[in-house]
Amino acid sequence: MNGASDVIIVGGGLMGSSAALFLRGHGISVTLLETDLIGRQASGTNFGNVRRQGRPIHQLPLANRASAIWRRSRELLGADVEYLQSGHIRVCYRERPELVGSMEDYAAKARLEGLDLELLSGNALRDKFPFFGPDVLAGSYSAMDGHANPRLAAPAFARAAQKLGAIIHENTKIVDAQKVGEDFIVTAANGRTFRAPILLITAGAWGNALSSQFGEPVPIVSRGPNMSVTEPVPYAILPAVGVMTPIEEETVYFRQVARGNIVLGGSTRGPSFPDQYRAYVEPQNTLTQLQQIRRLAPALGKLNIIRVWSGIEGYMPDSQPVMGPSATTSGLYYAFGFSGSGFQIGPGVGETMAEIIATGGTDIPMEPYRIGRFAKG
Amino acid sequence: MAEQRIIIVGAGPAGTRAAQACVAAGLQPIVLDEGRHAGGQIYRRQPDNFTRPYTKLYGTEADRAQAVHDAFDAIRDRIDYRPETLVWNIADRHVWTASGTGQTALPFDALLLCTGATDRLMPVKGWQYAGSYSLGGAQVALKSQAVSIGHRVVFMGSGPLLYLVASQYVEAGAAVAAVLDTSPFSARVKALPDLLAVPSILWNGVKLTQAIKRAGVPVHLGVTPVEILGDPDTGVNGVRFRDSGGKEQSIACDAVAMGHHLRPETQLADLARCAFAFDSHTRQWLPERDGDGRASVAGVYLAGDGARILGARSAEASGTLAALAALADLGLPVDKGVTASLRGEVATYAKFARGLATAFPWPSAQAAALPDDAVLCRCEGVSAGDLRAVMRETGAQEANRAKAFSRVGMGRCQGRYCGLAAAELIAAEAGIPVDQVGRLRGQAPVKPINIGIGDEK
Repeated sequence: MNGASDVIIVGGGLMGSSAALFLRGHGISVTLLETDLIGRQASGTNFGNVRRQGRPIHQLPLANRASAIWRRSRELLGADVEYLQSGHIRVCYRERPELVGSMEDYAAKARLEGLDLELLSGNALRDKFPFFGPDVLAGSYSAMDGHANPRLAAPAFARAAQKLGAIIHENTKIVDAQKVGEDFIVTAANGRTFRAPILLITAGAWGNALSSQFGEPVPIVSRGPNMSVTEPVPYAILPAVGVMTPIEEETVYFRQVARGNIVLGGSTRGPSFPDQYRAYVEPQNTLTQLQQIRRLAPALGKLNIIRVWSGIEGYMPDSQPVMGPSATTSGLYYAFGFSGSGFQIGPGVGETMAEIIATGGTDIPMEPYRIGRFAKG
Repeated sequence: MAEQRIIIVGAGPAGTRAAQACVAAGLQPIVLDEGRHAGGQIYRRQPDNFTRPYTKLYGTEADRAQAVHDAFDAIRDRIDYRPETLVWNIADRHVWTASGTGQTALPFDALLLCTGATDRLMPVKGWQYAGSYSLGGAQVALKSQAVSIGHRVVFMGSGPLLYLVASQYVEAGAAVAAVLDTSPFSARVKALPDLLAVPSILWNGVKLTQAIKRAGVPVHLGVTPVEILGDPDTGVNGVRFRDSGGKEQSIACDAVAMGHHLRPETQLADLARCAFAFDSHTRQWLPERDGDGRASVAGVYLAGDGARILGARSAEASGTLAALAALADLGLPVDKGVTASLRGEVATYAKFARGLATAFPWPSAQAAALPDDAVLCRCEGVSAGDLRAVMRETGAQEANRAKAFSRVGMGRCQGRYCGLAAAELIAAEAGIPVDQVGRLRGQAPVKPINIGIGDEK
């Protein structure tokens, strides 16, 4: 008989891996199943922002919970995932002065949720961050945010879970999941079956294929982030930097890693191919991104990029994930569709899902993430 | 009917002959080349106002170099030639180019990749010191700028280029301290039947070796490189190796040129999404192609050393052959007799190349035995021990996985210089065949591009 455990998790990204770790913390046995290798798509190819500001206010309790985990990640994981609490600065451009008001409004609300933001403009902004171009008008600085290395994070959570007894099967693509009596029976393409009374779907862009098997299809769309990295240069830029704008093309961001390379992200997202497990960066998107980076920080225009990459992310129409219990099937839970914004909250999602499964509830607001919001009628 | 849009990448022997065949068919191909002048690496032209004669620059291949240059110059006005132009990406049947800060996307009906080769390098402890060069780099310094890489140079590695470049240094009057070849004499004996496929090249090789020995340069066969001696401030000051008898020796020098034959530049084929297959003879992943150069992707053709290391003479034949295949696929008339004869020519060179691979084998065990404190990936400064530690901690056994965790192959060369050795080290450490390690996925840009690209200001 193949693996029987308390919980089966389908999808070995950051959500599934951290959920596995925290479930083990509750003493619950876990089998984690991953089609490819742990953390290779959205979890491993994203920008690496550990950013709370800019998230919907209702998401901040979850983001705060995640922040606390990032801060103790080295002790928790026994591995360095290059987490740097070096701040996050979010700026707007002169041509959209009305966004300064939005920043102030957001900062006031965020403060009530425990997130302190400092608004900066003029000389104060330029003294602190001399790299901004003349188009930059004002910024909102979050000292307690930062960034980490996505390539390392999810695998480190998975290894830590494994050390605590979680069973992990990579290269195990799930083709069928159903509930038979009290148990879920999950079948892999290689014919192996797994059984457990609780099933957690953390399958990212592939989540809909499984939720549909339980009568809960969701309108998820897969896309690929637009990432680039420069050659290494002396370490000088501490915070992660991003643009607040309603225009997708303008939404670029960058961060410098301790090694010296500057990671560039954002602007137009590209297509991705979940069936082939590949996403490609559109050359025009790279050029548009570089143009926007020059506008944000003209000095970076002298550097070279040495590589671009993408991955497969699942986007929901309201940019909010599907998270929480199934509306049709008891014992079934979801956490997918993080819409390009899942990295920072990832460990908080894992801890929260483990808490819900272990204790039956959580203080974290979950209403905005109900899968039922997409039900017809 | 609108003219068929043919793009040729590379203006070495393969690209030149491909362009010539297109012009002969009445077409005007676009030829994109990174070099300032056509000729490629092997027939690299000297800078303007340099006046060394062809015999001095190209030795036994002077006539061929002259012929390739003349062929290019003759069609120069009938092609859209764009030198100093990098193809940095390929998508949706367009090539994306960068030159200076300019950029453009060019559509194609047929794309001929004649991208050439670079040195296949085997890391050795100390190879990060200033004064360590690839054989190709050492040759470029001499051929292009007429300078030596040092006052006293050791040539170390294996393959025909080892002897060619060493003899060119001897000929130019440079002090060559030694030629250290990792391949044993017995391998050459074993390779002789295949090498006899092209006796003239074999004979040239024999003559080069004799010239090196006549000049009093010690030539050691069957050596095992141990270390390039030096320090981070002053660079290389010697080489330590074990001779074929197992005895350790040191040679003083201030520069080392090294390499183990060549590896094809396949990144553009990768970005064009061509299928690759593992070639057990050279222990490399190579883009699949049919006998005429058609890749797995329709409309993409591969020729010259960028597809298979078959040498410059073969590159001329395979360049023409790939162009004829493209022309035939575009519905233009092609002489079947010419095609058949070119196929025969390429097959002969392929036999000879097999002989070279036997005579000068890639010393894969050397990568496996690399000491922990030796730098493996120079771009990212990752040591063999770093990679082994990452493998032990994470269980990574796949090339891209090991890269993601250790940074090996993540730097500006994207693993083109360390990737093959890293794969051997991973295979040995994991106890799996090297083909199971997989191959590093190529990502754009093929070579670094400036963030200022396309900036009008």
